Amino acid sequence: MDVTLKVWRQDGPEAPGRFETIPVQDVSEHMSFLEMLDVVNERLTTKGEEPVAFDSDCREGICGMCGIVINGHPHGPQDGTATCQLHMRKFNDGDTIVVEPWRAKAFPIVKDLVVDRSPLDRIIEAGGYITIRAGSAPDANLILVPKPASDAAMDAAACIGCGACVAACPNGAAQLFTAAKVSHLNLLPQGQPERWTRVEAMVDEMELYFGSCTNHGECEAACPKSVSIDFIALMNLDYVKAKLKNRKRIGQTVQ
Amino acid sequence: MWSGERRDIMIKLDAKIPEGPIGEKWTNYRFHTKLVNPANKRKYKIIIVGAGLAGSSAAATLGELGYDVEVFTYHDTPRRAHSIAAQGGINATKNYTNDGDSVFRLFYDTVKGGDYRSREANVHRLAEVADKIIDQCTAQGIPFAREYGGTLANRSFGGALVSRTFYARGQTGQQLLLGSYQAMANQIRAGKVTLHTRMEMLDLVVHDGKAVGIITRNLLTGEIEGHSAHAVVLATGGYGNVYYLSTNAMASNATAIWRAHRRGAAFANPCFVQIHPTCIPQSEEFQSKLTLMSESLRNDGRIWVPKDPNETRPPNEIPEEDRDYYLERRYPSFGNLVPRDVASRNAKKMIDEGRGVGPRKNGVYLDLTDAIKRLGRETIEERYGNLFEMYERITDENPYEVPMRIYPATHYTMGGLWVDYELMSTIPGLFVIGEANFSDHGANRLGASALMQGLADGYFVLPYTIGNYLAPLLGTEPMDVAGEAFTKVEREVRDHLDRLLSVDGSRTATWFNKELGKILVSHVGMERSEAGLTEALEMIRKLREEFHSDLKVLGTNESFNQALANAGRVWDFFELAELMALDALDRRESCGGHFRVESQTEEGEALRNDEEYSYVAAWEFKGIGHEIEEVLHKEPLEFEYVALSQRSYK
Repeated sequence: MDVTLKVWRQDGPEAPGRFETIPVQDVSEHMSFLEMLDVVNERLTTKGEEPVAFDSDCREGICGMCGIVINGHPHGPQDGTATCQLHMRKFNDGDTIVVEPWRAKAFPIVKDLVVDRSPLDRIIEAGGYITIRAGSAPDANLILVPKPASDAAMDAAACIGCGACVAACPNGAAQLFTAAKVSHLNLLPQGQPERWTRVEAMVDEMELYFGSCTNHGECEAACPKSVSIDFIALMNLDYVKAKLKNRKRIGQTVQ
Repeated sequence: MWSGERRDIMIKLDAKIPEGPIGEKWTNYRFHTKLVNPANKRKYKIIIVGAGLAGSSAAATLGELGYDVEVFTYHDTPRRAHSIAAQGGINATKNYTNDGDSVFRLFYDTVKGGDYRSREANVHRLAEVADKIIDQCTAQGIPFAREYGGTLANRSFGGALVSRTFYARGQTGQQLLLGSYQAMANQIRAGKVTLHTRMEMLDLVVHDGKAVGIITRNLLTGEIEGHSAHAVVLATGGYGNVYYLSTNAMASNATAIWRAHRRGAAFANPCFVQIHPTCIPQSEEFQSKLTLMSESLRNDGRIWVPKDPNETRPPNEIPEEDRDYYLERRYPSFGNLVPRDVASRNAKKMIDEGRGVGPRKNGVYLDLTDAIKRLGRETIEERYGNLFEMYERITDENPYEVPMRIYPATHYTMGGLWVDYELMSTIPGLFVIGEANFSDHGANRLGASALMQGLADGYFVLPYTIGNYLAPLLGTEPMDVAGEAFTKVEREVRDHLDRLLSVDGSRTATWFNKELGKILVSHVGMERSEAGLTEALEMIRKLREEFHSDLKVLGTNESFNQALANAGRVWDFFELAELMALDALDRRESCGGHFRVESQTEEGEALRNDEEYSYVAAWEFKGIGHEIEEVLHKEPLEFEYVALSQRSYK
């Protein structure tokens, strides 16, 4: 099949960007979208033109490194699928495909389709962990976890941190990512001691970089792991409770 | 040092295995090792390169202990490290399933599974600390699978007859990595760990024979910088991408360990590569990687091919009597759960016999139909749902309705930098952990042991052993990066980059990597022969020379230049590939993942030669011209506790 790409090109964070039209002949429908871009880049390089910069790594839909807005959808048209798992069979011969980087103020463009997603790490650093020193843990079966709790925690923990939720949100909010991380730990018995400080610290950190959630639900639609927005409700509830609970007298202070 | 120059250092291998019976060696070691006073730990600076399971768990633990840690990763965040893609599970000898597991059994299975080419003392320690890893990870909130009573669930994996594998759906690696990354994030917040992202190590700085720092390139800006420390830890993973098509992530590479090798770190058993039996077969030429399907599928899946090479019926219409469940037939006691090397070679044999399936006849069936009938679709969905989904995305076939097709692919590299019992390389001060070292898996790795080793090294081994090296350095400062030791290496790194940019040829580094991969797959892959390896050596050398005269890299160093970063990695792959072929040629026996056609039993199984080859092959880099110059050193392996015998899975 033949397609026409309209690709966002931008030399660096400060440089002006533009769309460039690249006709691509002889695309196999079995190619993944990124393999198609690989072929485009090989062809461009051989002609002496700079290849299109894009991020990808595992190409198995798990590392969260890839992320391209395709025809207006983060990760493209297929539900619950990361860009690297999207195949050209989802497109038609003769299609024009618009290819853009994640669009969010918190994610400045590095080059072409590559963005800087480091604010997501700042949210984790604020409290997205359970404090336990290596070697000091009790036998694993001393902490009983009801299967439904473990399953629900795993549903949240499946987040791959790609940032599609932010890119899809009209407000550039990171509620789905943050809620997934908060819920994963707050749903488990092990997460209880730091439950209230965790949610408060992470949400507060998130708000330093990202926009507000106004319940559009676009994040869930764009999420390659179909993480549910129910977790946002859980996070909000915990946040409100934390605001009430986080008093010095109960032994948990906000750092 | 690049071409032309010669090294004159002569390395000595001392494995430093502690005294005493196998079960007491680690305890003895910890008692006799030098300790660093807790109040002094902050005076030591440690560099860790790589932030996957091994790197991030080491960083978190060393940070907790009080050391001043600097971590470098070429990713934008540590959570992208390829450990995240591990699917199936992590082993430990908890014996929660009451099926007879013990530390000794895990130790025994691992030594046997590795075809008696690993070091007993290291493997026993690994089996000992495995239990603590599960405790640590559970406490961190890893959502391991649970029974309804709230206790942990287990499953079995290839090469073992007990259920000792802990798992989090099909995303175990992801969850374990997030756990260690989050533990590291805690230390970053506490100011004990400094994280540098999108920074690639391009060289090691050695002064007075000791590792004193690294040279990095900032992938965003091209800036070259020196960083000094009291010790350097490499946790940079495996080099499977030397084959181009592998299950590794696109950016996985050998550069950090290869350049350390060029500076004097011995490279051990480079030819030991694991070919994983359950990957999705290659579809076309443009393919960028191979995707693994967790081998846990072999617990419930049955592997077969049609008996008739000219079979044309779709799989579901082929009756039982026309199917050959070849693993169950040949290995009645392990059946579909034989270790990876055995499963891989048998699949290749079927395809070589013309009985392959799929459009390119390059796969065998992995069929869960019986399991779906027996356990119900819901249970199968619960166990393997995400794998089935992934398979369908890639192949456009629904595995609930038609059997999956699988074929072996390059997966894990058991070879790596040589380390002693303390995980220190032949360069004092340079430690190597996780897949980047060679130590624990011998010639073949058992399933669910990679995650175990990465975390064992990071959480429970290195934090103890590094102190022994650091303690006598009290009162010393890391070297000045403005001094000659650093600036000299920095200059060499710049020259190296300039060379890549100035070739101005006609082919991309990716093209060269693909061509190199084809040579390796055919001659240094699942089967190796004297003639094939000799031919491969010449082909690799010739292609390397073409690489240096016909490479095309556009752009400059001072920018975000993915092609330039890749070209540097491919350069190193060429040199490593040559050493892999040399090592394979030198080892005239079959063992584990290294199958020499000249050395097999009457039944076609790998035939070891313990008399002559019961050693670790540790190569010392001497120089490179048309040919690579390497000197072979041998660390003899002694098997006191696991009697050497022909592996049998019948």
